[in-house]
Amino acid sequence: MLVTGVARPLGGRFVRRIQRDPQVDRVIAVDAVPPEHHLGGADFVRADIRQPTIGRVLAETGADTVVHMDVTATALGSGSRTTVKETNVIGTMQLLGACQKSPTVKRLVVKSSTNVYGSAPRDPAVFTETTPPKSLPSGGFAKDIVEVEGYVRGFARRRPDVAVCVLRFANILGPSADTPLASYFALPVLPTVFGYDPRLQFVHEDDVIEVLRIASHEPERGTLNSGTFNIAGDGVLLLSQCSRRLGRPTVPLPLPAVTWAGSLVRTLGMTDFSPEQIRLLTHGRVVDTTQMRETLGFKPKYTTAETFADFVRSRGPGLLPPEALAGAVDRIAALPLAGGGHPPTQSAN
Amino acid sequence: MADAKVIPFDDDRSRGGAVQRPPRRRGAAGRRRNGEPVPVREVREAGTAGDVQPLPGTAAAQHDVPVTPEPPEETGPARTGDGGLERRLASGLAFLRRRLTGDYDVDDFGYDEELTDQVLMSLLRPLYEKYFRVEVKGVENIPAEGGALIVANHSGTLPLDGLMMQVAVHDHHPAGRHLRLLAADLVFVLPVVNELARKLGHTLACAEDAERLLAQGELVGVMPEGFKGIGKPFSERYKLQRFGRGGFVSTALRQGAPIVPCSIVGAEEIYPMIGNAKTLARVLGFPYFPLTPTFPWLGPLGAIPLPTKWTIQFGEPILTDGYPPEAAEDPMLMFNLTDQVREQIQHTLYKLLVQRRSVFF
Repeated sequence: MLVTGVARPLGGRFVRRIQRDPQVDRVIAVDAVPPEHHLGGADFVRADIRQPTIGRVLAETGADTVVHMDVTATALGSGSRTTVKETNVIGTMQLLGACQKSPTVKRLVVKSSTNVYGSAPRDPAVFTETTPPKSLPSGGFAKDIVEVEGYVRGFARRRPDVAVCVLRFANILGPSADTPLASYFALPVLPTVFGYDPRLQFVHEDDVIEVLRIASHEPERGTLNSGTFNIAGDGVLLLSQCSRRLGRPTVPLPLPAVTWAGSLVRTLGMTDFSPEQIRLLTHGRVVDTTQMRETLGFKPKYTTAETFADFVRSRGPGLLPPEALAGAVDRIAALPLAGGGHPPTQSAN
Repeated sequence: MADAKVIPFDDDRSRGGAVQRPPRRRGAAGRRRNGEPVPVREVREAGTAGDVQPLPGTAAAQHDVPVTPEPPEETGPARTGDGGLERRLASGLAFLRRRLTGDYDVDDFGYDEELTDQVLMSLLRPLYEKYFRVEVKGVENIPAEGGALIVANHSGTLPLDGLMMQVAVHDHHPAGRHLRLLAADLVFVLPVVNELARKLGHTLACAEDAERLLAQGELVGVMPEGFKGIGKPFSERYKLQRFGRGGFVSTALRQGAPIVPCSIVGAEEIYPMIGNAKTLARVLGFPYFPLTPTFPWLGPLGAIPLPTKWTIQFGEPILTDGYPPEAAEDPMLMFNLTDQVREQIQHTLYKLLVQRRSVFF
């Protein structure tokens, strides 16, 4: 088995986990930079997937399963957006080219993202795997993903003997996730777009590892693990709910101001507040996971809310911890006449 | 106030009856949803001559007497005793606690049931009860469970008719059903409006969302006239526009959901649109820019709707589960059903207009 993108925490975790499976003889971990975390007993090969060397690695090792996890929104360490885009798009092309020439490859798993659907007010409320996006992402990571998936589809056509599984993950959160949304939630005060309350869906790291594992093995009886699947936890959280559960106050800004501030922050290189990120935080995105349950046979362990709760536990308390607010309300309730509290009693007016 | 021109139908013999009707005061007054919903009392029409459909329960004619509006304070869920106040306060604080800590659920569409029930409906209710004095008829035609598609006429420049229909179903349906409206894409482009619409359970008017909601067994409300209906000039009031491309029929057919036609009278006159500033509308990106006798001449004051008296009548459901699965692809059947729904709504509109004594009372 060959795994790309192992220098990231998620890739590292997957490599360590997959070696415990009896079906796996040997794991070749590939990345352009050596990982900081250990990889269990996997063989690390330092190769840049943007270079044709990846073909040689694949040919020499004779891997039968390729798990492509090096499709990411943010650069590892200090990398520019150009490097990320090259790794995503050119890297995928090289890897797919190598796979096409390799006679041993039987299975390809690609970590994609629900970013491929874009995010627009004219979209249906819930995306299924077949929903065409109303407005194709014009740039950034979302466009990379669209292109990557296009190449993967082309590969699947040319090599019908290879089982290709594209997993479109919702926003990945967890104690160690380094996704753009996780860094957004790490801000002390959350800038939001005034007048919009996006619906968000999360998937827990543990579930990501688990579903990648299911996809990279032979399918269980009655399931099929080739095709395209949306992967997300059950349920939906609104951004307002997230901020309240996280205990971080929000600053609603009008949309043009957010766009402007986003480009300013990007220029300063502080955090990746990309246009598609802003679109997500404006219009939100919810995907349908029926295929994941019924065809892939995967039941996520964490719901969206549980994923977020786990994420909140791993972070420090915000400026307005929910427990403190709840305590304040309880104290008002404990007052004899509760004169200070003004409960919303419109329901009984 | 000149009324709309009414074209009576052959079986329309209700004109005399309508004149003899006792002066009806508003009856749907302070009835709370969390109080006892008394849907039968809304069916006061049943006994009068020339009703649109034979409504079940003719015995309800006894109720065709002026119902004195009860002061809403008396029908609250908790009597304002010493215990009631405390309980209300406690539930209010519990609500506040849940909201502040984010401990509430929304569904995939962003529908916030708690917020809708506790706050948003309470904000709309005064408009519904006191301002437009909406009278609801035939609410028992809405099935108590399972998916159903309510198809209504659309009018009034601003989509208040949809909101009032939502309050009507929410407050009067015995099973306490929630109406999920399908809204135009413009709603989801505008800030604040889109947030409120999502929380009220509205979603984009597209086949995917409608089918998903119907498959979940929800009650879906749609106004197929769209902007053509809501933005039509005052002179064309109560003339149904084209019903889109009949997409709602094929959606209902695919899900086997019954179609409940709904006629709303009174919404046409809230903003009599006498002109349309097309250039301004194009600049602002709106489908139309209304000019009424008061708007925009009086500024924000002109944006106050006229206090018309409304009637919302739900008609007999048109069943669609008897058709084979491939029927949804049959354009002829689709057109026929669309026409049937449209005719029924138009017919009921004329009926209600004939019975109406005046626009404002």
